[in-house]
Amino acid sequence: MSGLAIDKISMRFDLPDGGAVQALKDVSLDLKQGELLSVLGPSGCGKTTLLNIVAGFLAPTAGEIRLNGHTVQGPDAERGMVFQQGALFEWMSVRENVSFGPDMKGMKKAESREIVEHLLDVVGLQDFKDKMVYELSGGMQQRVALARCLANDPDVILMDEPLGALDALTREKMQGLVLRLWKETGKTIILITHSVEEALLLGERLLVMAPRPGRIHKEYRLPFAEMGVGADLREVKKHPEYGPTREEILTMIWDMEEEIMGGTAGGEA
Amino acid sequence: MEIISDLSGELATLFLGILGTLPALIGYVAVILLAMIVWRFARSKMQSRADYTSLKTVTFGDESAVVSDKAASVISIVLIFVIWGAFTGSAWLPKLLHAPGAFTGQDSFSYTVEYADGSTDDAEVLVNVFPKGGSPEGISVAAGNGPAASDVVEVQAYRSKLIVWDQNDAVKRADGAKITSVGGMAIAAGEDVTLPFGRVALTDKGTMNFEPGTGWQMEDIWLPAPNAVAERLVTLWQDGYQNVTLAEHLSYSLFRVIVGFLLGALIGIPLGYAMGLSNWFRGWFDPIVEFMRPVPPLALIPLVIIWFGIGEQGKIILLFLAALWIMAIGARSGVSGVKISKVHAAYSLGASKVQILRHVIIPNSLPEIFTAARVAMGVCWGTVVAAELVAAEKGVGKMIVAASKFQATDIVLTGIILIGIIGFGIDVLMRLMEKWLVPWKGKG
Ligand SMILES: Nc1ncnc2c1ncn2[C@@H]1O[C@H](COP(=O)(O)OP(=O)(O)O)[C@@H](O)[C@H]1O
Ligand SMILES: [Mg+2]
Repeated sequence: MSGLAIDKISMRFDLPDGGAVQALKDVSLDLKQGELLSVLGPSGCGKTTLLNIVAGFLAPTAGEIRLNGHTVQGPDAERGMVFQQGALFEWMSVRENVSFGPDMKGMKKAESREIVEHLLDVVGLQDFKDKMVYELSGGMQQRVALARCLANDPDVILMDEPLGALDALTREKMQGLVLRLWKETGKTIILITHSVEEALLLGERLLVMAPRPGRIHKEYRLPFAEMGVGADLREVKKHPEYGPTREEILTMIWDMEEEIMGGTAGGEA
Repeated sequence: MEIISDLSGELATLFLGILGTLPALIGYVAVILLAMIVWRFARSKMQSRADYTSLKTVTFGDESAVVSDKAASVISIVLIFVIWGAFTGSAWLPKLLHAPGAFTGQDSFSYTVEYADGSTDDAEVLVNVFPKGGSPEGISVAAGNGPAASDVVEVQAYRSKLIVWDQNDAVKRADGAKITSVGGMAIAAGEDVTLPFGRVALTDKGTMNFEPGTGWQMEDIWLPAPNAVAERLVTLWQDGYQNVTLAEHLSYSLFRVIVGFLLGALIGIPLGYAMGLSNWFRGWFDPIVEFMRPVPPLALIPLVIIWFGIGEQGKIILLFLAALWIMAIGARSGVSGVKISKVHAAYSLGASKVQILRHVIIPNSLPEIFTAARVAMGVCWGTVVAAELVAAEKGVGKMIVAASKFQATDIVLTGIILIGIIGFGIDVLMRLMEKWLVPWKGKG
């Protein structure tokens, strides 16, 4: 029973003008413990909505989420979140941010200190642990966010475009870090991204979603994440399958975007 | 429409008054501009700075390149004191810079009397103008020849005095004697003549009214000199006013503000949190808060006096109300301002509602609460002074309103300056505390 089951999730938002948006329709997916899933799709196809439902922030209009056999009812420490940016507590130091989860659980200081020190080592922030988070660069802040999430030892880590606001070089480094953490901790990870490259590199499984209504369009199983652990990600990109897969997905998303644009134009006519 | 005719009349007077001061305003601006040119020139000779801002070529429109020029501030303050001193004849300024003052000392003018039979006679008026605080010296003048005897007038500067010129004459006004010229200029009843040292008007009854020239300086009842205000500050500090020391006046005002503000914060902040966290509380208090917010606390003074009298209770309740809505609204918007991703993150990290309130919502709202506290303190300080003006036993507002009844303008000014300094001091203190207590302000 271990693993995450997304079972026929549908989500319909009623709009104030009387209409409704079908943000998700019959989305089903099973993730085994330790699987790394990346999710791609044109904007507005319901990625964030799906992640919020898994996190427990939204109740779906139909279907249910089960983690290790029990139904998800609301947010819980078993499902950690990493947001794009600005979700750190700027009134706390780096160390206090990372130990937030253990502190809230009432863990003993000595115990939590050990966890925090270890994680700061892992994400490479030992020298910055007493700084305030607003003194750090964007990349370092995301390292803090990762460490804060891991300090709680969740079963599933949910990431909504965690590297979206970083520059290309920092982003590449952080992708390596995410892969390393995934392998070292064995966590189940769902990662939303709008970068096809990132989705290819950071997805054992890759989900392409389609809009209107939000649904799973196609799923891939990819070797690149496994190859990328501890390796140079640029080497991974030279794999013969990498280029064609990338082109295929790009075309797929491009066509969806075209369709959305065409659809609106047609709707207006 | 009475209001329109009333207002337009007042407006026209005001506008003309402003037009009249225009030369002075232009002079003031010219002095500042001159100082700017001189200062810029001097500084360009002194050194060339090479920091980031001075190397910018685009500064017009770049807000970050505009910093308050300390030299301009110093000149601005000095100039205020110079102008103030010049037009009050302050001892702090060299006489050279004084505006022409009121005439004092002795001088004389001649006048001509015409009698019923058509004959005339000349006589003189010896004038002695003594400064405020001086006294008549009992000067006298030779009667001279002819029926009209010369007269003496002694008057205090800025006052005027009737000269009953015929009381020492043999032929009186009742006998048909009347003045036809003053200082060599023809004059009739109801007219006046301007002399170098004053003005002489002929009243309808035929007597002369003498007003010594006032020059450009203000009488100290209008505007006391800066040194007089400083001296008054020292004596107020030492001796107090109307048996109450200055420290006592000030501490009464401050005490009311601090107690009122603290009570307002104590109730207002939790109220704001409740409004930010619960639909029911939001709905419950929204109409009350939105209604009370635009009511200026000053408008509540009469009601508070009716209900609570003029004692401390009423004033503290007034200040409590002044602070309450501001603090409630500040706390409410502090809660609404929390980024939802922070709250979500905290929930996903296993925090309970109480923990989220304690570790996320409260610290996140502190910057807004501090901003509100600064506003509230400012409003409370203004309100307490106004409330004391209306009704109080002690307090700095009470002091100035009592002094104004005796036209002790120096005390009024001292009070106003102290009110300004203390208000400014409170704000500086709040800003320091903000920097110290919420260093993360604006960093999220
Ligand atoms: N609170 C909401 N109310 C109404 N519609 C919403 C709301 N949140 C999201 N939606 C709609 O649901 C759809 C999916 O949104 P989202 O999950 O944010 O997409 P993505 O993350 O893939 O860009 C969009 O069409 C969006 O307009
Ligand atoms: Mg999204």
